[in-house]
Amino acid sequence: MSKVKKRHALSTRLWHWTNAISVIILFMSGLNISNAHRRLYWGNDGYAVEQAWLEVPRFPGWMTIPDYYSLSAARDWHVLFSLVFGFALLAFMISAFTNGHMVRDIFARAREWSPSNIWNDIKEHAKFNFEHGEGKYNILQKITYSSVILILIPLMIFTGMVMSPGMEAVWPWMTDLFGGRQSARSLHFIAAWLLALFFVVHILLVIAAGPIKHIRDMITGGKEETGERP
Amino acid sequence: MKRRNFLVAGASAFLAGCSKIGDTLWFEKLVDGAESWHRGLHRALGGGRITMAPEYDRSAISPFFRGNGSQTVDTEDYAAAEAEGFANWELTVDGLVANPMVLSMDQIRSLPQRTQVTRHDCVEGWSAIGEWTGPQLSNILEAAQPTGEANFIVFHCADTLSGSDYYESCDMDDAMHPQTIIAHQLNGEALPVRNGAPLRLRLERQLGYKHAKYLTRIEAVASLDGIGDGYGGYWEDRAGYQWYAGI
Repeated sequence: MSKVKKRHALSTRLWHWTNAISVIILFMSGLNISNAHRRLYWGNDGYAVEQAWLEVPRFPGWMTIPDYYSLSAARDWHVLFSLVFGFALLAFMISAFTNGHMVRDIFARAREWSPSNIWNDIKEHAKFNFEHGEGKYNILQKITYSSVILILIPLMIFTGMVMSPGMEAVWPWMTDLFGGRQSARSLHFIAAWLLALFFVVHILLVIAAGPIKHIRDMITGGKEETGERP
Repeated sequence: MKRRNFLVAGASAFLAGCSKIGDTLWFEKLVDGAESWHRGLHRALGGGRITMAPEYDRSAISPFFRGNGSQTVDTEDYAAAEAEGFANWELTVDGLVANPMVLSMDQIRSLPQRTQVTRHDCVEGWSAIGEWTGPQLSNILEAAQPTGEANFIVFHCADTLSGSDYYESCDMDDAMHPQTIIAHQLNGEALPVRNGAPLRLRLERQLGYKHAKYLTRIEAVASLDGIGDGYGGYWEDRAGYQWYAGI
């Protein structure tokens, strides 16, 4: 009896839904934490208006967890889900590099990097045709997913670790890598909004490409498509 | 329009759910667990070595060291002490120790001193760098000799916030840490009132609210139960802030 190959591995699906929950909770509790001190700085120190490069708006209750201002309660959510988010990435990295998912599906082949292929992909996206390209994902998807998985999410986690004084004492070089504690805080904020942008665009494209099939496949695993596409 | 209503209803149910969950006992247990996990990870990744908070060159010192929380102590005794330059301020060391002591400011200044330029990180998010001078708490504790039952050091303060006494506590690991000092100087001058004159704790691997100001008494205890509301500090009791503020 031949087993039908799943489109999404179990590890991918578990990570996907763990992330969906973690990102929502971390982002919304993070906005509550941001309300405690609404200025961002570069370097190691910063506390005054004249040192700030950005005055952050106050985020309203409907955007935050909990839905009223509480730094301590927001930190509880953030500190709890930071562990979930961090260890989930670690587990996914280990499985995606050992089961070949990362190299086979996420990394682009050399020939996919040709300007004509990228331009063609942009045109196909503009026509709302998403089922094209070499392998499971097209070049724009590969660029996006690899940037999010290998740059954006690790940036989120490591800048968060820098802001933890106990963790910083363990690996003080991390702070220098990001240019200081307040720089890490600024990068954490920027990366959070980039991840939120990815989150929104990702959902819009799933809706455009057929939400029932894509969401079902990400739950059940779906079926690996073989052979030529029409 | 219907779909939009559905989304709004879903989102507000989610938010209400989060707030509800946040009030339950099992969620409190879960976040306490997460706090211990972070602390355990910090200790484990340190691999048994004494991990140190970064220290800076004097050129990195912030132009102004902001005061936060209590900016002074609102009592006649404190005003009188301030008027005489805190010459007669005393620090009591007692609790589960073999040699309880009362240290004068002169005695504190005559102990071996440590000077460190470190960064102060407030839980709110801002940071300031200052140069702190004072004896290591480990030196004071070695003289006082905590008994085998002592698991925590409690720092009692002269100031009150919203009618309650400020206090803080740490475990013996942090109490004996080389960067844990009882500072009496900031940037080479006597500690300003807004920063906790005449004595404040520096607990460099944790956030600002742990660095108790206006110190009057250091007490070695077996358990934090029965001190304040039992959570180990003013903000821990009052608003549920983490006792381990190394996160």
